[in-house]
Amino acid sequence: MTTEVSTETVTVTVDDIEVTVPKGTSILEAARKAGIDIPTLCHHPDLPDAGVCRMCVVEVDGQRNLQASCAFPLTDKVEITTHSPRIHQARRDVLDLMLSEHYGSCRTCVRNGNCELQDLAAQYGCDYVRFGHKTKATSCIDNLGPSIVRDMDKCIQCLRCVRTCAELQGIGALGVLGRGSTTEVGTYLDIALSEVNCINCGQCINRCPTGALSAVDNTDLVWAAIKDPTKHVVIQTAPAPRAGIGEEFGLKPGTPMTWQMNTALRRVGFDKVFDTNFSADLTIIEEGTELLLRLYKNLVLGDTSQPVPQFTSCSPGWIKYIEHQYPEYLPNLSTCKSPQQMFGALIKTFYAKKNNIDPKDIVSVSLMPCTAKKFETTRPEMTDSGFADVDFALTSREIAKMIKEYGLDLPDMPKSDFDDPFGTASGSGVIFGATGGVMEAALRTVVELVLGIKVEDLFEHADIVPVRGFEGVRYVEIQIPDKVGPVPAILADLVPDWNWLKGATLKVAVAHGTANAEKVMEDIKAGGKFSECHFIEFMACPGGCLGGGGQPIPTSEAIRQARANAIYGEDAAYGEEGRARKSHENPPVMKLYEEFLTDGPCGHISHHLLHTEYTNRGTFIATKTKKES
Amino acid sequence: MTVRTPMTLASIEADAGLKAALALDAPGVVAEVKDSGLKGRGGAGFPTGLKWELAAAAPSSDGKRYVICNADEGEPGTFKDRLILSEWPDLLFEGMTIAGYAIGAQEGIVYLRHEYAYMIEALEGRLERRRKAGLLGDGILGKKDVSFDIHIHLGSGAYVCGEETALIESLEGKRGEPRNRPPFPVVSGLFGKPTTVNNVETFAWIAAILGKGAKWFSAIGTERSKGPKLLSISGDVERPGVYEFPFGVTIAELLKATGGEKAKAVIVGGASGHCLPPSDFSRAIAFEDVATGGAVIVIGPNRDLLDVVENIMEFFVDESCGQCIPCRIGNVKILEGIKALKKGECSSEQLLDLTGLGDTMQVSSKCGLGQSSPNVFLSMVRNFGHEILDRAPASA
Ligand SMILES: Cc1cc2nc3c(=O)[nH]c(=O)nc-3n(C[C@H](O)[C@H](O)[C@H](O)COP(=O)(O)O)c2cc1C
Ligand code: SF4
Ligand code: SF4
Ligand code: SF4
Ligand code: SF4
Repeated sequence: MTTEVSTETVTVTVDDIEVTVPKGTSILEAARKAGIDIPTLCHHPDLPDAGVCRMCVVEVDGQRNLQASCAFPLTDKVEITTHSPRIHQARRDVLDLMLSEHYGSCRTCVRNGNCELQDLAAQYGCDYVRFGHKTKATSCIDNLGPSIVRDMDKCIQCLRCVRTCAELQGIGALGVLGRGSTTEVGTYLDIALSEVNCINCGQCINRCPTGALSAVDNTDLVWAAIKDPTKHVVIQTAPAPRAGIGEEFGLKPGTPMTWQMNTALRRVGFDKVFDTNFSADLTIIEEGTELLLRLYKNLVLGDTSQPVPQFTSCSPGWIKYIEHQYPEYLPNLSTCKSPQQMFGALIKTFYAKKNNIDPKDIVSVSLMPCTAKKFETTRPEMTDSGFADVDFALTSREIAKMIKEYGLDLPDMPKSDFDDPFGTASGSGVIFGATGGVMEAALRTVVELVLGIKVEDLFEHADIVPVRGFEGVRYVEIQIPDKVGPVPAILADLVPDWNWLKGATLKVAVAHGTANAEKVMEDIKAGGKFSECHFIEFMACPGGCLGGGGQPIPTSEAIRQARANAIYGEDAAYGEEGRARKSHENPPVMKLYEEFLTDGPCGHISHHLLHTEYTNRGTFIATKTKKES
Repeated sequence: MTVRTPMTLASIEADAGLKAALALDAPGVVAEVKDSGLKGRGGAGFPTGLKWELAAAAPSSDGKRYVICNADEGEPGTFKDRLILSEWPDLLFEGMTIAGYAIGAQEGIVYLRHEYAYMIEALEGRLERRRKAGLLGDGILGKKDVSFDIHIHLGSGAYVCGEETALIESLEGKRGEPRNRPPFPVVSGLFGKPTTVNNVETFAWIAAILGKGAKWFSAIGTERSKGPKLLSISGDVERPGVYEFPFGVTIAELLKATGGEKAKAVIVGGASGHCLPPSDFSRAIAFEDVATGGAVIVIGPNRDLLDVVENIMEFFVDESCGQCIPCRIGNVKILEGIKALKKGECSSEQLLDLTGLGDTMQVSSKCGLGQSSPNVFLSMVRNFGHEILDRAPASA
């Protein structure tokens, strides 16, 4: 990430290769452009550079000392050398120093085979530990929370996590403690991460070069359930993991594995494989209805108890963020549970009853791109089925591990579909995995419900392109024509007509990464343009769920873009194959309202099972929820 | 802190420098400072006039620029800035005001060493008197368009905050950790604005130079090191204290003046300096020969060099900001090596690895602290090889 790159260029030579780059480009980037690799540890393409590991040092003509290439902006013509005796010695020394402080065994490490320290030690020929090595642990593993594990004996203090949390996420749950040789990365007051304002997004894990940060691993518990013959073990799979999991099997980012994964999951031992997109479609019906109701109450009836703009509520990292940072805006949150939790509640009620299974014998697992989903399953609010609505949320990395442990090569699996009664969802459910996807899905449905026309009449192929993309904050206005449709039967009890929406301008916004969420929230507080929005989608992770903290490592904008392409490609393919692309056209969802949620969207049954409320937590230290204390 | 020689700074006419400066235009002041050949007295020896020229020329979107006085004086064995702060603080304030005029800054900050908190009241009193006398504030010396004021910021008590970019971070309310350079403070300093950071002594000489003229100053010293220099001399000498010598004075002359002729080694530059043997005592204190910010530590014949360097490395192990790997862990490894040497448990191969590590720290650490923390160790091993190597067991 280079901050100030101008339009002027400068030509430099790197190891005698000439390369021209915009002024302000780092030496590292210029070298990579010239096809020369420089080793790095603290550099990450998503983050501002810190220049602290000193692995990337190079010779710069005219400078007495070596310079950190990641943090050296080019402004003048210079000669750069990336290999010299003192560079070689420096890199080796730096690695040996890091290894001397490292305590951990590669064989049992979660990052074995995908660890930047391990790779560099091998590449730079570290064949013995010249400066000694640690023979016992000196810090206590922090695994008190449901999502994140910290093992600081494996930390090399690259500060990527600190920068991720502060710069990308705008939170600052992790910081630098102490000074000198006792410096370490830790939390406010050095207490457990789960006790501070961490939102469990796992973005720090995805950028940690080593095994110092990892997600809580629940695979052994899931294996135990699978092996238990009395348990009916089902899994719902979210859209984002399908676009990423192939990376764990050596495939190019953005190679979708949806149908192969269904087969692999059944082979591994799951009794049923469901599509979380089903409940994503359900979320759209519920959340879209809630939005229309809110607008009706606020704009027509003058009832502001549920204020506008309505905020999406499907990202559990975002939920915890607003609970900590902006509790006064909790009433703006949609009361809808996330698709994971809606599905969980239905599996242990509707599905159990329909299939005559005692819900206590069901083990409900989810495959999520997300570490915050683990936390979400433990929220006391998420037990409306009478049980934990979801028992275990596994990340893409955990499922990849299970599939590998079973000896399967995912890309080789034959393709198969999802299980009934939830079937395959619509394309709108699929795009939930990308930033802007929930907004696009909601708009497809709301526009059709209100206008009584096809979205395709307004947006080609029903692709609402303005809400797509990776711009951190996006603002879109949609003009509602003067002609509205009749109120569809499913909403007939809730609103008399749509006349009040005639000619209105629907204002919506999308933000991803909580640092961007902060920008929007601060604007709302200041009464800026976002305070006039009707509906805002917030996702805690950069890129949305496809960039979630449970996705394969590494991550970068290019990788996230490839995953997004896979997701939008799948939505488009649904159209070509004649499958539904809009949530309200998903037949099993509409059937659910006939058979089970009989008083309709936002009715009593749905309110009991599919909606919830949230809690004011402290700004720095996490206070317990009402139900926990 | 005893003053051992007559001090030029004691005889400088008050505010003559400021008056002379305001009679020139800003580039004229910069030119005068450049002509004097003054180099920074904080250690690095960067030409002050050039630093100001760069700060004046660097663009600032809102026109803001800053003058910072580095009064963090944390180098063990250094106490010459304390003398100026307590005896001639007006010279320092005058020098800062001249700097403000020269670079176009209206705000000056004195970053005062935490341990010097007891001086704040007296310094504030001086500042108030200067304001009342029209030497600070708006319309200095009756010149309507010249405004400058100074406030004092108490340091955080960390040695590394004397490093100018860490000092700036600390002033911004962040952890005092050095920044990557470039960009340098003259381009992007405090709050991203062009900033000149200068040592206490540097500012004091500025007042003298503007008052007495660049020629007076440049006639003193050597070819490349102009003017007099204050030195804090401590250790195994009969008369420790603050001395003033022209640049070019030899180490032998210093030892004679202080009564330290029996020295077996002299560390010039304090904890981050170089340990010199008697064969180097004929060398001169000057930027082109043996450079120093002002600390000279004399080591008597009965002292164990390893005790001395152990002490120094303990200091750096604690005072490293902990940001970069070579310094945070490297200092610890060198200290461990010294302890092993003392016990006769460090093999010559290990010693070789450690000197290689010291070289790495010098060239690859992020800031001057890590770049210079192995200096004493390395110079001892190289200059006193026999004394050190005798302690290493013969390799198997
Ligand atoms: C670790 C470290 C500590 C330093 N401490 C001081 C200090 O206490 N006082 C000082 O004037 N310069 C100190 N310096 C040097 C400053 O970074 C800077 O070069 C100096 O303030 C510039 O002023 P000058 O040009 O007038 O010498 C220190 C440098 C380092 C690397
Ligand atoms: S973090 Fe990397 S080097 Fe350390 S134990 Fe794990 S795999 Fe090995
Ligand atoms: S999980 Fe997210 S909020 Fe928590 S420390 Fe990591 S980046 Fe910060
Ligand atoms: S926990 Fe990981 S990302 Fe954070 S500083 Fe340590 S090694 Fe780097
Ligand atoms: S060299 Fe030492 S003090 Fe300087 S940045 Fe690195 S760790 Fe900090």
